[in-house]
Amino acid sequence: MWHSYEAGKKKGWFKPKEECPDDSYCVTDLNIKWENGSANALLGPSGCGKTTLLNVISGLLKPTRGKVLFDGKDVTALSPEERHIAQVFQFPVTYESMDVFQNLSFPLKNDGWAAAKIDARVKEIIALLDMGEIAHRSMAKLTPADKQKVSLGRGLVRPNTAAVLLDEPLTVIDPKQQWDLRRRLRQVQRQLKLTMIYVTHDQHEALTFADNITVMSLGQISQTGTPEELHSNPANPFIGFFIGSPGMNLLDCALRGDELDFGGFTIPAAQNIKVKVAGCGGSCKLGIRPESVEVAFTPKKDWPEFTLLTVENMGAYKVLTLESGSRRIKSRIPENAAVTEGAKLWVRFPEEQVKIFKDDVRIDG
Amino acid sequence: MKNKAWLFLIPTLVLVAINAFIPMMTVVNYSFFNLYSGSTPEFVGLQNYYDLFRDPFFHSALWRQLVFSIAVLVVQIPLGIAIAACMPKKGIGVTISLVLLGFPLLIPHNVVGIIWRLFTQDNIGIVPTVLAWFGYTYNVAMSPVDAPLTIFVCDVWHWTPLIALLSFAGMQAIPDAFYQAAKIDGASTWKTFRYVTLPKMRNVLTIGILLRFMDSFKIYDEPMTITGGGPGSSTTFLNIFVARKAESYDLGYAGAVSIVYLLIVMVVSYLFFQVLSRVGKGGADK
Repeated sequence: MWHSYEAGKKKGWFKPKEECPDDSYCVTDLNIKWENGSANALLGPSGCGKTTLLNVISGLLKPTRGKVLFDGKDVTALSPEERHIAQVFQFPVTYESMDVFQNLSFPLKNDGWAAAKIDARVKEIIALLDMGEIAHRSMAKLTPADKQKVSLGRGLVRPNTAAVLLDEPLTVIDPKQQWDLRRRLRQVQRQLKLTMIYVTHDQHEALTFADNITVMSLGQISQTGTPEELHSNPANPFIGFFIGSPGMNLLDCALRGDELDFGGFTIPAAQNIKVKVAGCGGSCKLGIRPESVEVAFTPKKDWPEFTLLTVENMGAYKVLTLESGSRRIKSRIPENAAVTEGAKLWVRFPEEQVKIFKDDVRIDG
Repeated sequence: MKNKAWLFLIPTLVLVAINAFIPMMTVVNYSFFNLYSGSTPEFVGLQNYYDLFRDPFFHSALWRQLVFSIAVLVVQIPLGIAIAACMPKKGIGVTISLVLLGFPLLIPHNVVGIIWRLFTQDNIGIVPTVLAWFGYTYNVAMSPVDAPLTIFVCDVWHWTPLIALLSFAGMQAIPDAFYQAAKIDGASTWKTFRYVTLPKMRNVLTIGILLRFMDSFKIYDEPMTITGGGPGSSTTFLNIFVARKAESYDLGYAGAVSIVYLLIVMVVSYLFFQVLSRVGKGGADK
């Protein structure tokens, strides 16, 4: 069995009435599929429409146009409950007059289950989430992390839950427990083969949680792929810059004879790059990841000279900011390399690592 | 002096002492004397208190007061919540309903009393006229049933908006996600209200109930202006009872009544606060 969510194909897909008074749409033209039992992330900067899209999928919002399909069946008109979707919100949402056990049994009671069946099912979920010790504690006495587990548990307690949607669920949880809870989420996802869609603006969370990541920007889908694909093959400069730490170096350049001119320094252009740049009118945006930028401490032929502006020591590696003319690039080097700010360095962009973009679209590879 | 903060509190403490503590102690002092205006005070110990607890007029005033205050809570709290729940949640409707609800709260107590006196006045008021159409002969000045009911309806009119405003503020402060979660969990409208809205309004309602209890327990202006405590003693609430005693120059006895009155308000309010702040909190810790 596999199911998918497909969302509209027309321009102007979702438009909340109150929030967008003009003709703008929060989420536009998109078509996206999530497969059954997969761990997915929806990644994008704040305000890009992730939460709106999520609420459309869960049924809390009705799209202006377009459809949400579930196993090929149109569920656009159904309520969240009828879609069998669970949602975990940014901050813990629990029923504070109930204890953990009562919270977990609430959806089942609403579904009219028999008491004995509820008891057995809730105990299963409590065991799954390892909450035995706090099962009869009141909400006021739980940590935010435990409350978030309760809201996750309420989502899982229905055996026919089709998908769990998580809207930045770790925002209010302290870093140490974040790690723990994310691991638990991943474990539950694998164990129950659940479809999870995890919304976040934190690329680290997305990359560590999901098998499949959809990056959104300004209400549109920028790229969908595995973490490796997004990192090594960004479809546009936005992905290049958004994924990776630090983000990809993006430099405007123009082809002058056999050289690429960056307006401060030049590098010799390899044949295949030359063909591609020439093919799009002789100017383009060149992208290279900081970890791919090669750095030499002595002059080398055809390696342009840079001045080292700043060194950021990140523990496992160092991030160098280099300047030539008005152009700045970042480079990532091993932590043990000795460098001093203000020194001269020489760099090379290995041609196999270079990505070429024209008008925000990748044109090589 | 180690803790200089106390220095800065002194002006406030002096003000409180002059305004509240010293006058109250004077009253405590009076209550131990047989004290008529113009006569020499005579120390009688607890005699005033002893008389008070045996005074049938005090018993009936206290009983009437309790019934009134409880009725106020029983009607005004649910009604206020219901009004808040029915109010528009956004747009111009919010402003309009807030202004309309706020209006009665702006009117001073005695003015409210006079308005209602005009409403209910025999021959000219709208209330007796309308009720007469339905065959009911209403007379606030003569009927021991109509009089307290009128005071009660007047109080509901005057103060339910306060509960509605508090409840509305409390409801507005509940994040949408809680309602969305309840929707996903398949909760009915009633269950959503019972398990999401009501628990989240606990603090606001505690304040509302305390305010309404203490205020209604001290009601004075409305019965004074509408009925003057009558007919008979049917609207003689505790406050009016105390005032009558003071008016009759039996100051020692009035002092004793005041002290007992104060203690009742304090104790009952404290009990309310304790109970309300526990509701829904530690339910699962048994």
